[in-house]
Amino acid sequence: MSPGLDAAPGIVAITLVTIATLAIGTWGLRFSRTTSDFFVASRTVHPRLNASAIGGEYLSAASFLGVAGLVLINGADMLWYPVGWTAGYLVLLVLVAAPLRRSGAYTLPDFAEARLGSRGVRAVCSVLVVAIGWLYLIPQFKGAGLTLRSAVGAPIWVGPVIVSMVVLANVTMGGMRSITFVQAFQYWLKLTALLVPAAVLLVVWAGDGATRTDGGGEWSLPLAPGGAEGLYVTYSLIVATFLGTMGLPHVVVRFYTNPDGRAARRTTLAVLVLLGLFYLLPPVYGALGRIYAPELATAGSSDALVLELPRIMVDGPLGEVLTGMVTAGAFAAFLSTSSGLSIAVAGVMSQDITGRARLRGRRLGGVAAFRLGAVAAVTVPCIIALLAPDLGVARAVGLAFAMAAATFCPLLLLGIWWRGLTSVGAIAGLVAGGIGSAVAIAWTVRVSAPSGWVDALMGQPAAWTVPLALVTMVAVSRLTRARVPADAGRFLVRLHTPETLELDRG
Amino acid sequence: MPRPWRRRHLGTEADRATFRTLHSASLAAPALRAGLTAESAERSIRHLHDLLGSPALAMTDTAGVLAWHGSGQHHEEQCGRIAALTVEAGRTRVYDRHDLPCDLPGCDVRGAIASPLVVDERVVGTLQVFATAPTAGLARATDEVAAWVASQLELAELDASRNRLMEAEVRAMRAQISPHFIYNSLGAIASFVRTDPDRARELLLEFADFTRYSFRRHGEYTTLAEELRSVERYLLLEQARFGERLQVTLRIAPEVLPVAVPFLCIQPLVENAVRHGLESAEGGGAIRIVARDQDQECVIEVEDDGVGEDPDVVRRALAGETGLDSVGLGNVDGRLRTTFGDDYGLVVETAPGAGTRVVVRVPKFAPGVHA
Repeated sequence: MSPGLDAAPGIVAITLVTIATLAIGTWGLRFSRTTSDFFVASRTVHPRLNASAIGGEYLSAASFLGVAGLVLINGADMLWYPVGWTAGYLVLLVLVAAPLRRSGAYTLPDFAEARLGSRGVRAVCSVLVVAIGWLYLIPQFKGAGLTLRSAVGAPIWVGPVIVSMVVLANVTMGGMRSITFVQAFQYWLKLTALLVPAAVLLVVWAGDGATRTDGGGEWSLPLAPGGAEGLYVTYSLIVATFLGTMGLPHVVVRFYTNPDGRAARRTTLAVLVLLGLFYLLPPVYGALGRIYAPELATAGSSDALVLELPRIMVDGPLGEVLTGMVTAGAFAAFLSTSSGLSIAVAGVMSQDITGRARLRGRRLGGVAAFRLGAVAAVTVPCIIALLAPDLGVARAVGLAFAMAAATFCPLLLLGIWWRGLTSVGAIAGLVAGGIGSAVAIAWTVRVSAPSGWVDALMGQPAAWTVPLALVTMVAVSRLTRARVPADAGRFLVRLHTPETLELDRG
Repeated sequence: MPRPWRRRHLGTEADRATFRTLHSASLAAPALRAGLTAESAERSIRHLHDLLGSPALAMTDTAGVLAWHGSGQHHEEQCGRIAALTVEAGRTRVYDRHDLPCDLPGCDVRGAIASPLVVDERVVGTLQVFATAPTAGLARATDEVAAWVASQLELAELDASRNRLMEAEVRAMRAQISPHFIYNSLGAIASFVRTDPDRARELLLEFADFTRYSFRRHGEYTTLAEELRSVERYLLLEQARFGERLQVTLRIAPEVLPVAVPFLCIQPLVENAVRHGLESAEGGGAIRIVARDQDQECVIEVEDDGVGEDPDVVRRALAGETGLDSVGLGNVDGRLRTTFGDDYGLVVETAPGAGTRVVVRVPKFAPGVHA
């Protein structure tokens, strides 16, 4: 596609989203409250608003673009991605949300330190947060490149560079505050940007006589191809997505905003509803794409399906407006998710790495350390995104989930539900899970055409890395039983007792 | 000549012995600064043993052994008796094989030297060195090491008493709602009883809630939401009294409300601001309270447009000098520093006639701090 007249809606949409994001980041939302409505000031964030904010930060390029593309190529099998990304919050709701909030931790390293009282575990967690954050950021940047190429015909490197510049400017200039209200707005923006075009496209499809897909039985059947390997891959994907959500650094910090454990649970429940609503839409694009744009499945640019489909199905100005909408939504998805991730990574870096650095014998101050951390948090994944081969947005995010599931999931589950966990055991488990995932990711990136069992095991590693990390953590904790923190029992009581109960939480 | 720079670098043999001694002492010091407990004894005794180089070393309190390091552990139960004897003597004493009955052949614990650990003219424990044959040199060394350990314990005592003082101040602060405030608030409420009974009732309830929070006994920490709620009540009551003369603006980011902060760490600052703000020229004063979210931290600013203060006076108040106008300032600063570390002290921006802004930074998470 050549840049020209049909690039106009894309350029307008991207410019608007960029300006809005920068403006909000720079000036913030300044609510001044005067004496007349005093008590409003001490009212905490409502779970519904917080849930929208989590949704806004969570729905990334993978959800917005990747899922539809995967469904287009591989069919119903791929519905496990959105199902897993939603159901992850179910696990979070039942096992983690309230205790994590009651622990008082802001980040995952904070939780590790509070629970195990060890700087060593904290350091390992910080490294993992940075690794997972980068792994998650890479596909965001790649998706941005794709969007810009599809929308305005720009070279593939333009997207990553623009998004990383905007995010960096936003985060360093004043976007340190991750305003709940803005993120909540992002969710509704993304939902609208996907919902309205989908509705129009469905009407067009009905007008065309509601043709059924010619994809045949295999496309619409889950688990049809692949045999035992396919089954393994599906189960592994389920493990990764169900258990990985709790280990995402930018999601966990949002739970801190809840005033208590109960509010944390209610927030999670609302997130489940909001995500369930959103994830109905990408498969619609996938199925329509199967009918109207089968050539995208073969062209290897399936991630662009959501962006191309409105133009293919609807002619004239309406098609252009719809294209502008999905482009804006996609760009908002990159910006919000990568801002959230960059802030989370930069925060951990400024606390544990750049904050300790010395410049001409002086310790770097809070803001300077944060900015330095933000530069590293954004530039490294941007460069990797430019150099690394394309894995597909959703699959790459899936690997980030697999790593989170193999590291932080065991730490959180055992830390919250088992008093026998020791710092040595936690480190051993985190390292085992982290190395296992890293090996699998390296393998997957190297092999271009996966085939056979080894590639399946490496492409979806969660089914073996999660048990590996869990078993290592339990076994080593058992061996170092003497090092169970003295206050473990007391800490667990605090995690599991509702705040309304009168109790000495000392 | 093999690596001459190295030798020059490390000094003579005597120098190096001194360095080794100082290094061992510096390794033992941090544990001892926590006071004399089984845990601190356990962690420091290895380094003290390095200083003395005898077969075994024990640390006791006045009653029994806290830690033992070296060979001949079966003598451990005799430490209690030696400790009692040493405490009674009140000085370094030498014990021989009659005091240390042993039927293990080849045991090299045949004698002991014990020195009392004297902190504030009170014996809190003993340092016991076990050797094959106690010598005068070893006795001298034991004496010196015991004196050094005692000095470290004295510092620990100092730390502890400083913390106790701080806690006492908080307790005093809880009980120390200014009598003027109580009197004036009740007076203001009384003035509404006839003209606006509903408002009077509301204010009385606010007053009750305010005092309940301030007199609360349990818990060192509270959430910023609770603290701000109390500040709001305080301001409501002050406004009932001053009416339009007191302008208040609150800008609170809801994200930071769950942050855990030391109990009563904002309210004294607001009281100061109200006092300063209203001392200014006629027309009253304006107070601004802002709480911002800064990723890992929360920043709270309390600002007034009042008379301001000489920075030197503020510096002295922060240094802990009492009898100054800004009573709560030094206390709040001290508690923030002990809770979150020296990076998190108060920042006061002020000059005569230019108003005052006090900035508090609080990390969202600090180990051991929870509301």
